[in-house]
Amino acid sequence: MSTLKKVLEAKQEGLLNIYCTAGYPKLNDLPKIVNALHDSGVDMVEIGIPYSDPIADGETIQKSNAVALSNGITIDLIFEQLKECTPDIPKVVMTYFNPVFKYGIEHFCQQCQSVGVEGIIIPDMPIGLYQASYEEMFKNYGLSPVFLITPQTSKERLKLIDDLSSTFIYAVSSSSTTGKATGGLSDGNTYLSGLKGLGLKHPILVGFNISTSDDLSLVQKHANGGIIGSAFIKYLSDKPSTEQATQQFVKEITKG
Amino acid sequence: MKYDVNEQGFYGEFGGAFIPEMLYPNIQELKSSYREILSEDAFKEELESLLKDYVGRPTPLYYASRLSTHYGADIYLKREDLCHTGAHKINNTLGQVLLAQRLNKTRIIAETGAGQHGVATATACALMGLECIVYMGAKDIERQAPNVSRMKMLGAEVCAVHSGSKTLKDATNEAIRDWINNPDDTHYIIGSAVGPDPYPDLVTQLQAIISKEIKEQMEGLPTHVIACVGGGSNAIGAFYNFLEDESVNLIGVEAGGMGVQTDKSAATLALGTKGVLHASMSYLMQTSDGQVVEPHSISAGLDYPGIGPLHAYLHDCSRVTYKNVTDEEALEAANRLMKLEGIIPALETAHALAYLEKMNFTTTDKIVINLSGRGDKDMNTYINANI
Repeated sequence: MSTLKKVLEAKQEGLLNIYCTAGYPKLNDLPKIVNALHDSGVDMVEIGIPYSDPIADGETIQKSNAVALSNGITIDLIFEQLKECTPDIPKVVMTYFNPVFKYGIEHFCQQCQSVGVEGIIIPDMPIGLYQASYEEMFKNYGLSPVFLITPQTSKERLKLIDDLSSTFIYAVSSSSTTGKATGGLSDGNTYLSGLKGLGLKHPILVGFNISTSDDLSLVQKHANGGIIGSAFIKYLSDKPSTEQATQQFVKEITKG
Repeated sequence: MKYDVNEQGFYGEFGGAFIPEMLYPNIQELKSSYREILSEDAFKEELESLLKDYVGRPTPLYYASRLSTHYGADIYLKREDLCHTGAHKINNTLGQVLLAQRLNKTRIIAETGAGQHGVATATACALMGLECIVYMGAKDIERQAPNVSRMKMLGAEVCAVHSGSKTLKDATNEAIRDWINNPDDTHYIIGSAVGPDPYPDLVTQLQAIISKEIKEQMEGLPTHVIACVGGGSNAIGAFYNFLEDESVNLIGVEAGGMGVQTDKSAATLALGTKGVLHASMSYLMQTSDGQVVEPHSISAGLDYPGIGPLHAYLHDCSRVTYKNVTDEEALEAANRLMKLEGIIPALETAHALAYLEKMNFTTTDKIVINLSGRGDKDMNTYINANI
């Protein structure tokens, strides 16, 4: 059984997934960050593979993508760096369709498997295309697709997404790009409080616009866990030591 | 028609809707309703009346006699530059604003490169009393200052985009992000035949009036129709009703920039490979790692690393021939038209005119050039080039 599935089975609430952009802030920081996240007790890590045109991302992650690319990050280098990361924290990659398509989708899946990546988030991959062309391939390489759902996703579509999922579902806290809204999350948010009632088979992790320990506690209360991206990227931007900053960030965000 | 988009939103392997889940309801709403709305009698009447009395359609098909003598072939200019706002872009924005009203949207967003689509959107919004926000690359804001002022005068808010190459590609990204953040009240008017399904077809249908009129205005079929191609909306408009007339040679002219052998070019079909940009599968200029390359063209409207999916398809099935000309050649062609015909064309359009230099003519040739826009916005570039 995969580590990702093990973690999801063993810990059904209070999960924490942290996103980092490979190649940011420094070209070779990825192993330091992933290993520090593991040491800090984070449950899983989402590794962003930078893209020049990340349309679902707000300013913070856009900038981290641009910095990483100008640092010289490439997909092959990311796979090399992933070999230096601890195998003990489950890894999911997040990117856009074009880099994977250009790299070669099957080759990409092979590489993921060889470095222990178990999940993949491609927000702009059409579900119909996935079913028609990539479902079998992903399965063959033990790669679980993670789909986004939003407050506007219809019941029929939720069921389809639930059926196609094999690990967890990524609920977007509101229809927005990443790191956009501030202070939008409150206990009175009916979308959040309704998540458990959706009746989905797979655990739900909530991401987008979670920037404080209060936000995190809130989504952890209403779902199986939370995903933090922009807030972490912003935190790293002006810190001298990436490892220390990573540990400090996790300490602060989980203090609630 | 065999070149129309299929039910899944593809032209052969090109097209589709590679959108994040946040945009799915918006795209579905548009996809499920646009064909029906466009074919409603009331919609057609309202649009036709605006195109006639407000835009000034049909635009003339002008026989350019001195240009014809110069090249030794009959050359006709389809005068889209005489449209209200100075380019073909208004054909699309009026249609989409009427569509947006029927979808109960009150806020309009758009991207713009040269500013022509931005001005056409701001104009249509002013006419209908709708809020209008135009995203424009910071570099384009600098080089197309008169159009920025026009948009503001017309009541639009112009948002400078500082990401990436600070041009059309990045303005499009930012408009898409705006739509993700404002899914309920906002309609996104894409300016070219690009973007997720159903936009390429929607824009094609609204621009097809160009070739419909050419057909009505000409005796018999032309031998050639030539248009410049960035995203490709004026070109697809000029080609569409000739696609099944196989005897008509259709030629799209891309911006070669400083030459396709240099790294300063925007000739997507000459230099691009298959991939997804702005939510559709097409050709695009990219690195081996799938990162989109920053293009170069002297013309802001053609300074785009992608191309509409229908053009990619027409290229692959060889129905349309795609060529490219350099910045320099475009400037020379603009100068030639000014001196021979007394018309100052847009820099984009000058690329189509420049291709005449590369053709071998016979006396029976009847060539239509889509004169997609006028050159007021390019005065600085022309002045600096000592034309």
